[in-house]
Amino acid sequence: MAIPARVSLFITCIVDQFFPQVGIAMVEVLERCGLQVGFPEGQTCCGQPAFNTGYRKEARRVARGWLEAFHGSEAIVAPSGSCVAFVRQQFPELFHDSPAELDEATRLAARTWELTEFLVSVLGREDVGAVYEGAIGYHESCHLLRELRISRQPRALLKNVRGLELRELDLAQECCGFGGTFSVKFPELSAAMADEKLRSAARAGAETLVACDMSCLMHLDGRARRLGLPLRCLHIAQILAGTSAGTAGRAGA
Amino acid sequence: MKTVLDERIETALEDARLQAVLEQLAFRFATARNQAAADLPNWEELRTQAHAIKRHTIENLSTYLQQLEARVRERGGTVYWADDAAQACSYVVELARARGVKLAVKSKSMVTEEIELNHALGRAGIEAVETDLGEYIIQLAGEKPSHIVAPAVHKSRAQIADLFEKKLGLPHTEDVAKLTATARAVLRQKFLAAGMGITGANFAIAESGSIVLMENEGNIRFSSSAPKIHVAVVGVEKVIPRMADLAVFLPLLARSATGQKLGSYVSILSGARRPGEPDGPEVFHLVLLDNGRTRMLADPVAQPEGSPRRPTLRRQTLYCIRCGACLNVCPVYRKIGGHAYPWVYSGPIGAILTPQMLGFPMAPKLPFASSLCGACRDVCPVKIPIPEMLLLLRSLETESMPGGRWLERTGFRLWAWAMRQPWLYRLGGRAARFIPARLLAAAGPLAWWRKTRELPVFPGESFRDWWRERRAPPAGMTTGRRP
Amino acid sequence: MKSAREQVMGRIPAAGGGAPPEHLAEATAWPPEKLLARFMAEASALGAKIFEADSAASAAEYLRQLAEQKGGEAVVARRPLVEALHLSGPRFHPQGTFPAAEATLSITQADYGLADTGSLVLFSAEGEGRTLSLLAPVNAVVLPASRILSGLPELFAREPAIADRSSAMVMVTGPSRTADIELTLTIGVHGPGELHVVILREPEVRSQKVSHPPLLAPDS
Repeated sequence: MAIPARVSLFITCIVDQFFPQVGIAMVEVLERCGLQVGFPEGQTCCGQPAFNTGYRKEARRVARGWLEAFHGSEAIVAPSGSCVAFVRQQFPELFHDSPAELDEATRLAARTWELTEFLVSVLGREDVGAVYEGAIGYHESCHLLRELRISRQPRALLKNVRGLELRELDLAQECCGFGGTFSVKFPELSAAMADEKLRSAARAGAETLVACDMSCLMHLDGRARRLGLPLRCLHIAQILAGTSAGTAGRAGA
Repeated sequence: MKTVLDERIETALEDARLQAVLEQLAFRFATARNQAAADLPNWEELRTQAHAIKRHTIENLSTYLQQLEARVRERGGTVYWADDAAQACSYVVELARARGVKLAVKSKSMVTEEIELNHALGRAGIEAVETDLGEYIIQLAGEKPSHIVAPAVHKSRAQIADLFEKKLGLPHTEDVAKLTATARAVLRQKFLAAGMGITGANFAIAESGSIVLMENEGNIRFSSSAPKIHVAVVGVEKVIPRMADLAVFLPLLARSATGQKLGSYVSILSGARRPGEPDGPEVFHLVLLDNGRTRMLADPVAQPEGSPRRPTLRRQTLYCIRCGACLNVCPVYRKIGGHAYPWVYSGPIGAILTPQMLGFPMAPKLPFASSLCGACRDVCPVKIPIPEMLLLLRSLETESMPGGRWLERTGFRLWAWAMRQPWLYRLGGRAARFIPARLLAAAGPLAWWRKTRELPVFPGESFRDWWRERRAPPAGMTTGRRP
Repeated sequence: MKSAREQVMGRIPAAGGGAPPEHLAEATAWPPEKLLARFMAEASALGAKIFEADSAASAAEYLRQLAEQKGGEAVVARRPLVEALHLSGPRFHPQGTFPAAEATLSITQADYGLADTGSLVLFSAEGEGRTLSLLAPVNAVVLPASRILSGLPELFAREPAIADRSSAMVMVTGPSRTADIELTLTIGVHGPGELHVVILREPEVRSQKVSHPPLLAPDS
């Protein structure tokens, strides 16, 4: 796959509204790799929340907006496994009875990547010159791991971050309990699942929990703060953007 | 609105002993399963084969059921078709009555739990004794199974010791060997005295009219050999075309369920005893049970690869071989256990079976009790796409109740409309920053979020604000097409 | 009024047709030494006690001593290879002359062994039946080494009409077991807790194992 001249940011609604620092970090990383970065302002959301909750018509409306926003994009990169998985796996389902939209969805899905996947598998880079001092644990978010089959790329990138000590979580591949709508329909159960992950991080001696999805991190960070735990939660983009210790900041801050 | 499911989940989460048991169960079974799968170099090929065989069978179900029926009859067996649970139960009860059966021995069979056969027999004055140790324990306790493979896993040895003391008069002992030996002695007498043995079947082979039963204890062999009458209750989806297909399914079933290469005993039974055979039942009855299964076939016939998946999703539920692997890897099951589910089938397979067989009103909120992590799909030996099924069920449930959840529905309608106006989305984001956190936190989903977590902090500006202010788009950069 | 059969079949769509998927390529045939070695490894790992007999006499001696050690009565299947061992004496009762449910030891004949799982394949037939190998707490099975197959695919290829041959075929893989109480493994529930496999070897086929288990190790 040829390296694109320009990359369109699929920022995702959650990063846009709640964690802009992740988007800023992502821009930093991509530009450091020599790419020209654009932001189609027509984008809002991919539609997953509605689809997840059983409202397919509403999801389709919003997904149509996504298709329009990214219509002219050469390459689309998102800091989220779940949003990319939604575009790749569920857009065909959403548009299955609308051939023109299905074609467009297929065309655009083929040029949509998750950030670490883009860096490693498309750009061929496993070292982006990042620095981060500290012991981090990597949480493998479910859509990234099981739907997109992305596991090697984030770890390869983390291994090349100077100063970073990667601690393996014994429950790295367990669901954190977010699950979109699930987190608000079953808050206690969702939190119990988060607790498993947080305990796993503690057992591994991780000071920071890193993942490729802010949805997971928002949930884990929210639970950690409720429990008064000192654990930090950071998006991998923030780690990769770091050029000296402490610039990555805290999720939500 | 709090449902029964919510209450049961709450109870389960507060039960520290249950939590410890579930963790142990999950770890043991999932680890064993993973090791056993990794040990077979052609594991993924077997899964693909199994899925293909099941797909072919379900697409030709009428052919294979007719073939099965014909073969069983040729060998002198009786085939009874039961449209629902009531019919299946009354058939077995009537058969027992007609033959003067006072005592029946039963082997572990999810389908007989499904139709509540023991209750029906009990009401007719026929004693039906569970012979699988775990099932026997919960029968004594008057409970339902909490796991497909280990039905009594939720009970501690102390609880079992108490139970045996109370019900069997065994002096209190928590020695597992002694408890097992006691059950063995009691049940042995039942096997030898019973007039009827009732089993399920793991598979029913169309080409030969055989049923296949895998176990570890020997109670299935006993139940199907000692009593004069053998009745097998089998869901219509259990049929497979050929004997040789077992070379695909048996390794998958054994390794997925317990991590074994094969169960201690695999019985291939083809009717009652034959002239010259010194033992075995005199008669064999096969009860083919529908009970809502064929309704999952209501979608159009399978489409070729690449075409819309939706019509073919529901029937894939029928591929299930009841291995229990999905339960063992499910992060939700591991927290709430089998009894939190509304029906006998629990875990991910239970979550997709129950609404389809009993209807949505019998399983409120169940399709939503999943984080859609996909661990179940990865371990399913027949590759049932469970998360996609759950998503489909969520939309079917929503469509089936146009008046219900109106607040949520209206919310999403508004949300969808707002998401289509990027200017409004931007404005909304800006405005939300000014609304006091407390007010926002009181509203719907945010209040639910805050039950167990802190909210993320609303940043001073959104990413797009930052972008606009700091990054003028380069000339020629597309900002997307507008309607 | 539609019958239940009509109701059920009425809901099933017309068959799509086509043949069931072809099976994966069969495993290549293993040499006899590999079959034997693998079978023994798998079966012993499950707790079965294996005895390799290089003659009918040594097999018979093993079984006599086993019966002596276990005490009680032994029921002996009336199958050719077992009968060729000439197990006689007050302890030994041919099948049909003593209730197997009251025996301590049953001696049966396997029709096949499966190497990749360490399994024994027994067809119910005159002289043995379904329950003989099930009822006594100790079961000894006589298996000719030449009848060991690689696994299920080879078994189904060798026996294309299993259901015609017998009303019951059982594959025995280790002793009876359960983990139903607190996931604690207990050996011996409703089936035999002790399984012995007496392998009748052709003289030229020997296993790789150098040491054989002593004829009668003290029971653990």
